[in-house]
Amino acid sequence: MITAERKPFDEILSLVEGKKKILVAGCDTCVAICLTGGEKEAEILASELRIKAQQDGREVEVEHTAAIRQCEWEYLDMIAQKVEEADLVLSMACGIGIQSLAEKFSPKLVMPAVNTNMLGMPQEHAVWLERCVACGECRIGLTAAICPVVRCSKSLMNGPCGGSHDGLCEVTGPNHEEIECAWALIWERLKAQGREELMFTDRPPKNWSKSSSGGPRKMVREEAKPV
Amino acid sequence: MAEAPQAVAAIETEAPHKPVDPGFEPEIIVFACHYCAYAAADLAGSMRLQYPSNIRMIKLPCTGKLEIIHLLRAIEGGADGVYAAGCLEGECHYLKGNLWARKRVDHVKDLLVEVGIEPERVEMYNMSSAEGAKFAAAATEFTERIRQLGPNPAKRPGVNPHDAARAALDGVAMADEGQPPAEATAEEGTR
Amino acid sequence: MTTATEYKAGSNLERILSAGQFAVTGECGPPKSADGSVIEEKAKILKGYVDAVNITDNQTAVVRVCSMASGYQAQQNGLEAIMQMTCRDRNRLAMQADILGASVLGIKNVLCLTGDHLSFGNHPEARGVHDLDAITLLKMYKDMRDESRFQCGEEMTVAPQLYLGCAENPFADPFELRALRLQKKIEAGADFMQTQCIFNLPKFKKWMEAVRALGLHQEIKILAGITPIKGAGMANYMKKFVPGMDVPQEIIDRIAAQEKGAPQQAEGKKLAVEMIKELAEVEGVAGVHIMAVEWEAAVPEIVEAAGLMPRPAVA
Repeated sequence: MITAERKPFDEILSLVEGKKKILVAGCDTCVAICLTGGEKEAEILASELRIKAQQDGREVEVEHTAAIRQCEWEYLDMIAQKVEEADLVLSMACGIGIQSLAEKFSPKLVMPAVNTNMLGMPQEHAVWLERCVACGECRIGLTAAICPVVRCSKSLMNGPCGGSHDGLCEVTGPNHEEIECAWALIWERLKAQGREELMFTDRPPKNWSKSSSGGPRKMVREEAKPV
Repeated sequence: MAEAPQAVAAIETEAPHKPVDPGFEPEIIVFACHYCAYAAADLAGSMRLQYPSNIRMIKLPCTGKLEIIHLLRAIEGGADGVYAAGCLEGECHYLKGNLWARKRVDHVKDLLVEVGIEPERVEMYNMSSAEGAKFAAAATEFTERIRQLGPNPAKRPGVNPHDAARAALDGVAMADEGQPPAEATAEEGTR
Repeated sequence: MTTATEYKAGSNLERILSAGQFAVTGECGPPKSADGSVIEEKAKILKGYVDAVNITDNQTAVVRVCSMASGYQAQQNGLEAIMQMTCRDRNRLAMQADILGASVLGIKNVLCLTGDHLSFGNHPEARGVHDLDAITLLKMYKDMRDESRFQCGEEMTVAPQLYLGCAENPFADPFELRALRLQKKIEAGADFMQTQCIFNLPKFKKWMEAVRALGLHQEIKILAGITPIKGAGMANYMKKFVPGMDVPQEIIDRIAAQEKGAPQQAEGKKLAVEMIKELAEVEGVAGVHIMAVEWEAAVPEIVEAAGLMPRPAVA
């Protein structure tokens, strides 16, 4: 699902500076599942903001709430009252939820409390790994259902590169964590499937116009639109 | 290896010493588990062991019930110090509750640093129900630590920390069995 | 004997390799500034000792003068260039435009590379392009050259004349794939290739066995990479921190046994000469690629001592 990480506290403080009535709005879908921005986390952030204000001798009202999903208008209706009463809404939803909340209640001031980071898979409890980058042209049928666009650091269509060693990528993560070489994984799985020849098929350049590189995208299901 | 003592000495001389107000009596909340810590407290009482009356206990079925928000709300409510007291690791009545509590206490320390409050104001202690002395020692040591730190910078007048902490627990706390037995207190408490 | 019309580009490097002569290429890093004199100086040192010189392209993701400009400068100073093109910094438009530009300026050899990841360099916050990879890039350039076609399918009137190169690392994992990957690059259009620098000769020879088993040595000209070691510290650094390196401990020990400075340098050069001689005996090795980056002065000595002078001139 979509994962996000709470912003550093100092950054959040600067985003809400000067406001007297803050509503911390959580979202109980993706960001709750990745333990970043659900109702629980909204309550914690609200308490932290109050503790800080008390310390500084500032008068601030901080309330918290949560919508089942901030990206759906109907669910936002349920928190409309609280939103209206606030000077600023600090949304802990993913980028989609924050923007939809801001759009629905525009021009109400809405600030992001999180950095939406990836479409991630929970590897194990409390660990998420990036798996998809929504490129709009899924070709993982050719690569044993492993995506080289996002799992290969160089998005190679014809990997592995010369930096692959012991099944690991030459690049390490931002906290020096190891990254698996996607192409080593693809090779191993193709072997296990008896489809080694797919490793050497001609893979043409990707059509990036289907990704966000081609501009913001829109999807419409005509057959489902209300009559 | 030769550098280490110098580094320590440097820290000791550089650490800011807040003036300790002799009149300051810390208000401390203790989240104690029913099976071990609260029993240890009772034992300390019957053993006539001395420990500060600054601590107010809130009994939980298990420290595993303690959430991050409970600890934060206690600080928000003006408690000068807060600690969880649970079973010895490996001996939790509910198996891993005390391990979860320790993780949460550690996380709350990080959150306190974020908001500019000393992380030492929150702690976790482990003891068995037979360790009355350990309960008393923890209470004494922690109270003294908080006395040195001074009042909670986020304290507000007119807010009772114990009531605030209890309210935050919202039904999770077990019935308040009042203060530890009077004979156990050394100092004449402010309460 | 290939006639002029059978050459892909007719560069000096192509002529020498096509004639079956043992080729020697070098490497030059452009400066990290707008200083035009650096490449001139390096060209003076290497001219006559190498058949062509690689001009690196923002190597290790550190910004330097672009390969095309430095390559053009090298050629103006009498030293044939092998331009490098990496996929990290340019999309397919830029890469096609740049190769047309290079061709117009008289550059004929181009090495098609994926590029070191941004995180290794001095602008880690930049956006990595990676529109294509080394293989799709090779194919794109091959189609421009052989079919006068842009990647989108449109035709062009004058096609660039290119001698296409690629790199391969015999020491990377999965080892079993490395010869097969070279085959893929040959199919995509590579005419010559350079390996990552070799210290582990036995492992390289094993790779060459796999290459010969597939007959690849007859389809592509293989240049074995050599880096003369300047000191034990450098060797250790490469072993620990440079991705894809295989530096056996015996090599480091051999250098470290000498005193720092000139003695270690001399040993490093001696070792390079020994390795070149041994590599020249390996069936399928068509030449050697000497990467003495920031130690270009060592190259003439090494090439002489390895018995590779004078460099051939093929009409």
